Amino acid sequence: MNLKRFFAVFKARNIEFFRDRSALGWNLLFPVLLLVGFSFIFSGDGRPAYKVGLFVEQGQIDSPAQTLLTQLRFINFIEYNDLALAKEKISRHSLDLLVDYNAKRYWVNEESPKSYLVEKIFLGQQAGFTRLQSSGKSIRYVDWVLPGILGMNIMFSCLFGVGYVIVRYRKNSVLKRLKATPLSSFEFISAQLLSRLFIVMFMSAVVYGGCNVFFDFFMLGSYFDLFIIGALGAFCLISLGLLVASRSKSDELIGGLLNLTSWPMMMLSGVWFSLEGAPDGLKILADFMPLTHLVSGARAVITQGATLSDISFHVNVLLLMSCTFLFLGAYLFSWNTER
Amino acid sequence: MSAAVSVLSLCKHYKDVSAVDKVSFEVQEGHCFGLLGPNGAGKTTTIEIMEGIISASSGQVLYQGKLVDKQISQQIGIQFQNTALQDYLTVKETLNLFASFYQNTLDQAQLIELCDLGDFLDRDNRLLSGGQRQRLLLALALINDPQIIFLDEPTTGLDPQARRNFWQLIKNIKAQNKTIILTTHYMDEAEQLCDDIVIMDKGKIIAEGTPNQLLAQHFEDVFIYLPKSQVSNELISKHGWLKLTDRIEIASKNVEKTLTLLMGLGVSLDGLHVKSANLDDLFLKLTGHSLQASL
Repeated sequence: MNLKRFFAVFKARNIEFFRDRSALGWNLLFPVLLLVGFSFIFSGDGRPAYKVGLFVEQGQIDSPAQTLLTQLRFINFIEYNDLALAKEKISRHSLDLLVDYNAKRYWVNEESPKSYLVEKIFLGQQAGFTRLQSSGKSIRYVDWVLPGILGMNIMFSCLFGVGYVIVRYRKNSVLKRLKATPLSSFEFISAQLLSRLFIVMFMSAVVYGGCNVFFDFFMLGSYFDLFIIGALGAFCLISLGLLVASRSKSDELIGGLLNLTSWPMMMLSGVWFSLEGAPDGLKILADFMPLTHLVSGARAVITQGATLSDISFHVNVLLLMSCTFLFLGAYLFSWNTER
Repeated sequence: MSAAVSVLSLCKHYKDVSAVDKVSFEVQEGHCFGLLGPNGAGKTTTIEIMEGIISASSGQVLYQGKLVDKQISQQIGIQFQNTALQDYLTVKETLNLFASFYQNTLDQAQLIELCDLGDFLDRDNRLLSGGQRQRLLLALALINDPQIIFLDEPTTGLDPQARRNFWQLIKNIKAQNKTIILTTHYMDEAEQLCDDIVIMDKGKIIAEGTPNQLLAQHFEDVFIYLPKSQVSNELISKHGWLKLTDRIEIASKNVEKTLTLLMGLGVSLDGLHVKSANLDDLFLKLTGHSLQASL
């Protein structure tokens, strides 16, 4: 490995990407458009009423005061046996108020306007309760879908950015010209890989940072962990792109192969909707897709504050897949100089 | 003088097509060697095997008597027939990129002057004209200061002025005692530049030598052309001259004698044209089809 040659190709590829204004613009615009679109579509949370949680022990009988409260219209009452879960719900704005009749106490979320209103309604009817505060930002759909959209954008950028470029280089003899120099295929491939990794991480950071100004995204975990899982996912997807493009010389074939690779991931990797309720067969299939692990890992960091060791399953699967794709890609790679 | 490159019984088969069939020749050091032939003759396949870009089905290529290996790419310079350059890079950035691949490189200022790149150094590769592109590709071939330079149809698609400029560049390079291996289907190019030539057709060598040797070997005559209207049919058939569409062709070993004869016969010499045989005639004679017509 000659570092001078590697950096020269790395730099040339980066220049090529950043000077291609149309592609650069699209790479920035596409995820932003999706995020804006989804935040509008799901801006109402679809709840017709306020949600009040009632903490009840097993077998507890409703008190008259509680019965009176539950007769209020336009309020949904949900019973919880698990106080920790109920408190988590109120801190995430899934509940507007949590009442414990046994202990004569209730919780409000200081940061939620709805919680404030429901508290006024509650206090208008009930008295003698201890007020407890909860705080925490709500998880909106846009927060939940953010890792999915960024992950999907990373996937397209990695697969098409590497796959198409290599096939184009092969088809128009750029690869042949490079092969006639002392540049080795390892130097060439690693420069392509790292250049694309730099590009997607840079672009994702710009999109995340830019949109964060407007959306004020929810973030429980560490940005470092998010960066690592993002980089691992991107590395894995680039390796997959290299593998798909390892031999082909045809634009149309590579287009088909890349679509065949990316579309199932887009639909089945939990980008848009949770896979929790999906059939087991589908979940197993999704586990074979790198995007599933990228999105699930990033989502766990963002919405649950998971650390890298909490998501070690996703980290390990991504590492294993990357090694497999890289090994196969390097083994099958062809400069394809024969006519 | 020693052989810079020796090609021994080279064969290349694609399925049932024989692209190169038992081709052998030697390229002398410091010479400009021309590989001539129509499209599909096997020229490009032959030099790409010599460059180590594609592998031969059988046969060997020796550089100064040694078998070709991976290190050869440090010592040779290559200009391919069709090469795209990376989009969005400028000429200067492309030179820097390729310079980084080699241990020894030619001084960039010298290279820019040699290939006359000074006027468009900051231009995007996509915006270069045909002649500028070929000069950049030549500069890339020379960037590692190679002793042996391969040029595969370097002037195809250039206008006459650009071709002549390019020939001058090649002559300048030749003056530095470099060995040049050139393929072309332009006979005038080979006559201008090449010390030795090999003519290929359908994968085989059909003639080799210096251009003058080959012409002297195959043609004793020069050709005299006269408009057909000036010569009667009787004279044509009596002397066995060749009738072409609008003129007659007289093959002559001695131009002076022939002209004296024509004047003696009272034939007007208006529109007379004398031409010695060129490589195109040679190709026509050897293969029965014209080189240009087969393009």
